[in-house]
This record gives sequence, C-alpha cells and structure tokens, in this order.
Amino acid sequence: MADLSVDFAGIRSPNPFWLASAPPTNSGDQVQRAFDAGWGGAVWKTLGTPIVNVSSRLGGVGYGAQPLMGLNNIELITDRPLSVNLKEIAQTKKLYPDHAVVVSLMFNERSEWEDILKRCEDTGCDGVELNFGCPHGMCERGMGSAVGQEPKVLEELVRWVIGATSLPVIAKLTPNVTDVVDPGLAAVRGGAHAVSLINTVQSVIGVDLDRLVPLPRVGDASSHGGYCGPAVKPIALRMVAQLAREREFGIPISGIGGISDWRDAAEFIALGAGTVQVCTAVMHHGFRIVDDMIEGLSDYLDSKGMGCVDDLVGAAIPGFREWGDLDLNYHVVAEIDEATCIGCQVCHVACHDAAHQCIHLPGVAAIPGHTAPMAARAAAQATSASPDAPYRVPWVDETECVGCNLCALVCPVEGCISMVEKRRAPETETWNDRVAKGTDHVPGGLADLDPRRP
Amino acid sequence: MTERFDLPAGRLETRFSDKAPALSESEARREAARCLYCFDAPCIRSCPTSIDIPTFIRKIATGNLRGSARTILSANLLGASCARVCPVEVLCEGSCVYHDDGQPPIAIGRLQRHAMDHGGGPELLPRLNAARPGSIGLVGGGPASLACAGQLALLGHRPVIYEKRALPGGLNTTGVAPYKLPAEDALEEVESILALGVDLETGVEIGRDLTAEEVLARHDAVFLGPGLGPDSRLRVPGEEGPGVLGAVEWIERIKNDASYSLEGITQAVVVGGGNTAIDAARELRGLGVETVYLLYRRSAAEMGAYRHESDEALRGGVVLVEDVVVTEVLREGDALSGVRLAEAQGGRATDVEHGVLPTDLVLLAIGQSKLVELARSFPGVEVDDRGRIVADPATGRTGNPRVFTGGDALNGGKEVVNAAHDGQAAARAIDELIRDGGPRG
Ligand SMILES: Cc1cc2nc3c(=O)[nH]c(=O)nc-3n(C[C@H](O)[C@H](O)[C@H](O)COP(=O)(O)OP(=O)(O)OC[C@H]3O[C@@H](n4cnc5c(N)ncnc54)[C@H](O)[C@@H]3O)c2cc1C
Ligand SMILES: Cc1cc2nc3c(=O)[nH]c(=O)nc-3n(C[C@H](O)[C@H](O)[C@H](O)COP(=O)(O)O)c2cc1C
Ligand code: SF4
Ligand code: SF4
Ligand code: SF4
Repeated sequence: MADLSVDFAGIRSPNPFWLASAPPTNSGDQVQRAFDAGWGGAVWKTLGTPIVNVSSRLGGVGYGAQPLMGLNNIELITDRPLSVNLKEIAQTKKLYPDHAVVVSLMFNERSEWEDILKRCEDTGCDGVELNFGCPHGMCERGMGSAVGQEPKVLEELVRWVIGATSLPVIAKLTPNVTDVVDPGLAAVRGGAHAVSLINTVQSVIGVDLDRLVPLPRVGDASSHGGYCGPAVKPIALRMVAQLAREREFGIPISGIGGISDWRDAAEFIALGAGTVQVCTAVMHHGFRIVDDMIEGLSDYLDSKGMGCVDDLVGAAIPGFREWGDLDLNYHVVAEIDEATCIGCQVCHVACHDAAHQCIHLPGVAAIPGHTAPMAARAAAQATSASPDAPYRVPWVDETECVGCNLCALVCPVEGCISMVEKRRAPETETWNDRVAKGTDHVPGGLADLDPRRP
Repeated sequence: MTERFDLPAGRLETRFSDKAPALSESEARREAARCLYCFDAPCIRSCPTSIDIPTFIRKIATGNLRGSARTILSANLLGASCARVCPVEVLCEGSCVYHDDGQPPIAIGRLQRHAMDHGGGPELLPRLNAARPGSIGLVGGGPASLACAGQLALLGHRPVIYEKRALPGGLNTTGVAPYKLPAEDALEEVESILALGVDLETGVEIGRDLTAEEVLARHDAVFLGPGLGPDSRLRVPGEEGPGVLGAVEWIERIKNDASYSLEGITQAVVVGGGNTAIDAARELRGLGVETVYLLYRRSAAEMGAYRHESDEALRGGVVLVEDVVVTEVLREGDALSGVRLAEAQGGRATDVEHGVLPTDLVLLAIGQSKLVELARSFPGVEVDDRGRIVADPATGRTGNPRVFTGGDALNGGKEVVNAAHDGQAAARAIDELIRDGGPRG
C-alpha cells in the first residue's frame, strides 16, 4: 500500500486531500467532521475584517443528468466573528494534531496582517493561506484578486507576511490574469513557501429569462461572481502545469479547481501539485467523497509501482510541452470496432459536418476508388445476431482521416472508436526542428497567390 | 370531464391507473438527455408516422416543450393518444440503438406524452388558406377520420365528421385499455382537433340516417374511416343469451357505460389469442375478477398478441388454456353456467372432449367483422376477399376518385398510429384533388 502522507512546505498531512477555503470549512464542527470522514487537511474559510453577505449567493449550471457542472458564487469571506473562528481553529487543532489546519486570510493594512498572524500562531495552526484570489466583492475593496492581479503588490504583501510569522505561508492565486506565471514568480520572490491555485474564475452564471435579471438573483439584480466546479478543471490543470514546468519557480503547489474524485486528484498531482483542495464536489456530495479519493489514489499509486505521493508529483510535466515541440510525424487514424458499434451514426454526422468528411455511411464511397470494405462487412452481418436488421456501421476512409479524435469523442460506446497509430515517418520532427532547418514553409499561403512568383 | 362531451362518473374504467405514468419534469429531462440524437435515426423509421423523434426529444432536453409538441404534431396529429397507446416495444422503442448496447431503449412513448401533456396541442401548427376550400365528409369519428379531418382543416378545408355513436374518438374512446388511455383523455384530444375547424355530427349513421349518395352529394370528397364491424361470434349452441358478449362490445361498456357492473362475476373466460383477448383478460383481472381463463385454439407461441402484452397478462394471473375450442355454451335455464371444451389440433376441434369450465361471463375476442355493405354502398368502392377496402396505400384513394379511406377499414385492423398516418396521407391527397379542381358529381 502506497504511503499517502505528505509534507507540503513543512505542513504535514495524513493524505494530500484538503478542503479548500470555502463554505465546507466555515466552522469547527464541519472541519472536525471532515477529518473524521478522512480529509487530510482543511483551509479555514477566509478570515478578514467583518463583512455582510447577500442572499441568494450561488448559481449553477448542469450538463446532462448532472446538476452542477459548474458553480458560481457571490459570497464573500467568513461572516462569523474572528474570535469565534480563532477559538474553533485552536480547538480543532488540539483535537486533530496530525491533520493539517491552515488558516486563510485576507486583510488590508500591514498592521492588520501582523496582528492576525500572531493570533493565528496562537491557535497552533499549521500554516496560513493568503487569499489573493477572491474575484468579487473583496477586490473592489483592494483585496483578493485585486492583489493577485498585481504581481508587485502581491510580492510586497507576501514579504510583509513572511517577515511577520514563522508559519508556512501559501499564496492562493487567481486565474483571472493573462499569465499565471507572473503572480506565481512574484510569490516566489516575496518568499512564499508554496502557492495554491486556482481560486474562482470571474463569471456570470446565467440570466433569468422571465425577469431578465442575471443569476444568482438578489432582488432585481445580480453581480459577477466566481466560477468553480468540474467545468473549471481544465483551466486549473493548465495553470498548475504552467507553473510546475517553469524553471525559476520551484516551490510546492496545492492544486485546486474542479477536483471531484481520485482521478482528478491524480491528474493534478501528475502535473505538479503536492496537495489538492476541494470545494464544489463537497458542496455537492458532502465530506463522504474522500473515501473514494483515498482508496482510488492509493490503488493507482500501487498499480504504477509508486510508493508515495511524491513519486507522482510532476510525473507528467516532461510531457507538457509547447506546440512547437510536438512530433509532426506522429499520426493516428480512427478505427471503428464493428462488434460493439450500435449504429447511431453520430460519428458520421460529426465528421461529415464538422471534421474532415471521412466517416461514411455503409456502402457510400465519397471519393472514387476509396471503397467501403462492404464484402467483408456483409459477411459479418449475415452471421451476426440480427442478420435482418439494416446494417448501420459507418466506415472510416483512413486515407482522408486527419486523426482529430472528434468521432471517438462523440461515440457513445466506450472503446468503440480507437485512434490507431500510423506514423507518417519513423523519425521525429517538430515544428521547431523545421524552423531550425529553415524548412518551415507550408505551401498555400499568400505568397503562392502572387502571379509574379516563379 | 371534457368541456363538450359528457362522460358519466363511476365508469369501471376509472378504477385503473396508468400503466406508464406521466414523467416528472426532471425525469423527462434526464431521459431526454440520454437520447443520442442519432443520424438517420432507426426509431424514426419504425414510427408509422415518421415523427422526428431525436428532434422532439432534444427539444424536451432544452426545455422547448412547445417546439417539441410542434415537431410531434406536424408528423402525427394524434401524438397525444399515440404516445400512450402505441405498442412502442415493437415500433419506435423496439429499434432504438441502445438495444445493441445492452441498455434500455429511450422511453420514447413516455417522452412523447410529456411533450403532449405540457407543450400544447394542434393549435400550435401553422394553418394554410386553401385557394379553393373544399367540403369533405368523413364517415366515422375514430383516429383515421380525426387525423384526416384535422389535417384538412389545417390546409384550409371544411371537414364534417359523421359519427354514429354519441361520443367521437372511435376505439380510442371505446376500446383501448383504460390503463393506457382513459376515455376522458381520448375526448380531450378529439376536442383539440375539432377546435381546428372540424364539424362533428354525432348520432348519424351512414347507411341508416344518410345514404352514401347523400354524403357524396353534400361534399367534394369523402373519407371512409368506419373501422371494423361487430365482434365475430362462435356459432355454437347456447351462445345467444345473457352472459356472452363480444370483447370489444364489453370493453366499450366498462369504458363508457356507468350502469354496467361486474357484480356477482368471479369467474370469466375470454376466447381468443389476439391483442383484444389479452386486453379483455387483463381488464377483467384488473377489475377484480378472481379467475380469468384465456381459451386459445392453438399454442401460446402462435398467439397473435404481442409477446410483451401476453407476458404481462400471464404475470397478472390470467390462466391460459392452449389448444382448446368452445363447442357449446352451457346454461341453467337462461342463465350462463359454463362452456364445454374440446381439444384442438392445429386450431381445429377434435372429437376429444376437454371438459366443462364453469363461468359467469364469456367474452368473445375471435376477430371483428368487416363493414363490407357500407363500403360497397359507395359507387366504385371495392373490398378484397378479407373485407378490406381496396385503395392505393400511399393516398387511400379508392376505386371512386372522390372517395378515400384509411385506418382499420383499409388495413384490416392495425394500430391507432397507422390510422393517424393513413388519415393524414388521405388529407394531402384530398387537398391535391380539390386544388386541381378535381371531379365532382
Ligand atoms: C380492444 C382493442 C384494443 C386496442 N388497443 C390498441 C392499443 O392499445 N394501441 C393501438 O395503437 N391500437 C389499439 N387498437 C387498435 C386501434 O384502436 C384501431 O386500429 C384504431 O382505432 C383504428 O382507427 P379507425 O379510425 O380506423 O377506426 P375506429 O377507431 O374503429 O373508429 C371508427 C369509428 O367509426 C364509427 N362508425 C362506424 N361505422 C359508421 C357509420 N356507418 N356511420 C358513422 N360512423 C360509423 C364508429 O362508431 C367509430 O367511432 C385496439 C383495438 C381494439 C379493438
Ligand atoms: C461559495 C464559495 C465560497 C468561497 N469562498 C472562498 C473563500 O472565502 N476563500 C477562498 O480562498 N476561496 C473561496 N472559494 C474558492 C474555493 O476555495 C476554490 O478555490 C474554488 O471553489 C475552486 O475549487 P472547486 O472547483 O473544487 O470548487 C469559495 C468558493 C465557493 C463556491
Ligand atoms: S458513433 Fe460509435 S457507435 Fe455510433 S455509429 Fe459511430 S462508431 Fe458506431
Ligand atoms: S407515434 Fe407511436 S410509434 Fe411513433 S414515435 Fe410516437 S409512440 Fe413511437
Ligand atoms: S434510436 Fe434511440 S438514441 Fe437514437 S435517436 Fe432514436 S431514441 Fe434517440
């Protein structure tokens, strides 16, 4: 059994699964029940100068049968008194000495930061997370993503904090920037021990079409909010990976954004995260989902012969490259498994209308000389379970297939369409190789339209 | 209760609940989201009215229920009743590609019901103004005539339906199993079609109250949708008298006649092996008759009923007796006491007696006669050797260029959805005839 315990920038945790700073970490009761359920750590709901919240606060979008593909909120930081939070943090840490208790903070003045950091130290917590990410409400007051979007301010603020405490310091970054590497490197320069990302993505979740008011509705109006949940995972993965492969970076990353199960977690870890944080999936299903995460990650590490989480951290980073470094001679073509195809012809319509017109209906040959292997198919049909049913399996004209994957993505039958490797040439050649060799001209451009050209 | 038609309270059919209950909004959306939106979808090909099924389902998924209803109705004006009475297992759902993936097919019928219950009725459809509005007389007020008349009204013509019964709707009102479609809901659909501009004269029997000549004289064209005739009889001793009814006649009583009761009936036999026999047997069980025998002259495998229906009946406690023939109905005085049975071979009685079965009720479901006289009373209209009206299958045009037909009278007895298809096809042909200034006289 793989060892799931981690040491994240000096914060020890029985496993890499932490609750993100959000409603699930609002109170001591919740965090303690989460630890009982198996969570390794929790980042307390952000503490700061008291605020008021609006009602309603959340909006969601579903997809298919799932009600929460994405969640959006216009909630601010904690609305409970600081004294109550600090007391419960201390109590929780005392009851759960081996779990990671991290306190999220968002303040304005240097003196406020220094004051709160002392009080945090007194609780016995394991570290602090600086909320530079909240994209709504707080940023208008010069905090949250207003800091995260200004690398110089962020660097300065981190420096204050590092100077004022001996606790490990995690800077939580906002995705609402052009290039996340800039604030990431600013955090490193300021002396942060780690970063966490992503906070929520600025968003409007929808519009109430009866009242013509955006959602979530607060009376006759709404405001932009922060988007999270499974829908943001690809955005978060890319940002985590971007930082992880940056040479000058080099501090631990806590990955956040749309993580719902062990597989999501493993992907974040493979792209460089040392721990992962979860909010929406817990808001949707409760603390109990961690059981599957622990079990799944452990089994996965075992299956890969990895003894601990560290063995997986960043394992996919060497394969995360710039487009110019990809092999142009690598080539795949779609192959349909007749035995499992159910004849929905969704691949045909997708390829025909939106890809490269190379999946044809049975018996149809679009290009003269490119024929469907109908004889073999007719024979297969005759001996199949339903020889009288109309034969509906489409066929791929391999010579025309560019290997885009679209058909395999839309096919409803798992594994029915596979992308089979058919290299264009044995040797590897990237675009950057071509640039280096001066063979990076692709015919068909403007120059070819010039009649004076020989 | 519908606005226009009076259905008495306390009819036996009201004791049944829906076999396939309505879906909730979230159930419908979930099921709709499962549809693969197949290209050239096989389900469409298996619908006799070729409803664009993936499109109407997608509209449910997007919350566009009006559009969904419009998609359904533009192919099938009886989309509401079809959604509930179609044998979907052998039609649309039977060819859903999910079968090939070992998964349950999309619940097309129930989704169709959802769209029809919540999306709106035929008033959603576009109407045309015919350059030469024609007057069309329709014989019978069943599904075939209703679909034809509704379509004609949408095309700008003036259809008039003559129905011999007090209630329109044909077998949708009087015959289909109450756990599929109660008479109330059938009449509601009729009303929505009448509202398009269809006139209805009930209590008018063509051949008795009006002759064929009179109908032809009143109208530019005529549509014959009288369905089938009365239940066939066994022609055995003792058959005439109380306690022996045609199954279709009996079903009409439980559906429409509040004075009919099953008091004192604990044992019943149904004779036959088709869908009507199965329906009657299931309805008897559903109404609390303890012992229900289904007497069939061949083996179970040879029954004409759909397998999914007969399986349900047997699961519901109906007792099937194979390879028997009723040779005599037994009576004590006038009162029915039982039936005498002979063993059958290849569907024919042998000399071997099978015994006597005591019973309080005998329902005959051995077929329905054909309305041959009525058909032939229209000059130029012919019937084939099985009593079906001879007509061009694509248009329903008979030997008389002004007379069209469809539904059970044309096909010998199929489904509501076939009648709907025939009626609409005939309406388009009639529209063409009238537009071309076709023959009159
Ligand atoms: C017991 C039973 C159960 C059935 N269950 C189903 C089912 O679950 N699903 C399904 O799809 N199909 C079912 N069917 C078949 C379906 O009901 C018919 O195929 C369909 O109703 C045919 O429509 P139609 O308009 O041709 O005829 P009908 O529905 O028979 O309508 C004909 C109408 O014409 C009237 N009429 C007849 N002669 C005259 C005249 N001379 N003058 C004026 N009016 C006249 C009749 O009173 C009747 O109202 C069932 C049939 C039966 C008998
Ligand atoms: C209702 C709500 C409130 C949140 N409040 C905070 C907060 O106070 N501090 C903070 O750093 N992040 C806050 N977040 C952001 C989450 O910690 C997390 O970064 C984000 O939701 C992405 O993770 P997920 O996709 O697992 O939800 C909040 C998120 C939600 C949905
Ligand atoms: S999408 Fe998949 S199942 Fe459907 S026709 Fe294509 S290969 Fe077959
Ligand atoms: S009309 Fe009947 S067969 Fe056609 S789609 Fe609807 S339920 Fe299926
Ligand atoms: S065959 Fe099934 S999955 Fe495909 S469009 Fe029809 S109902 Fe949908």
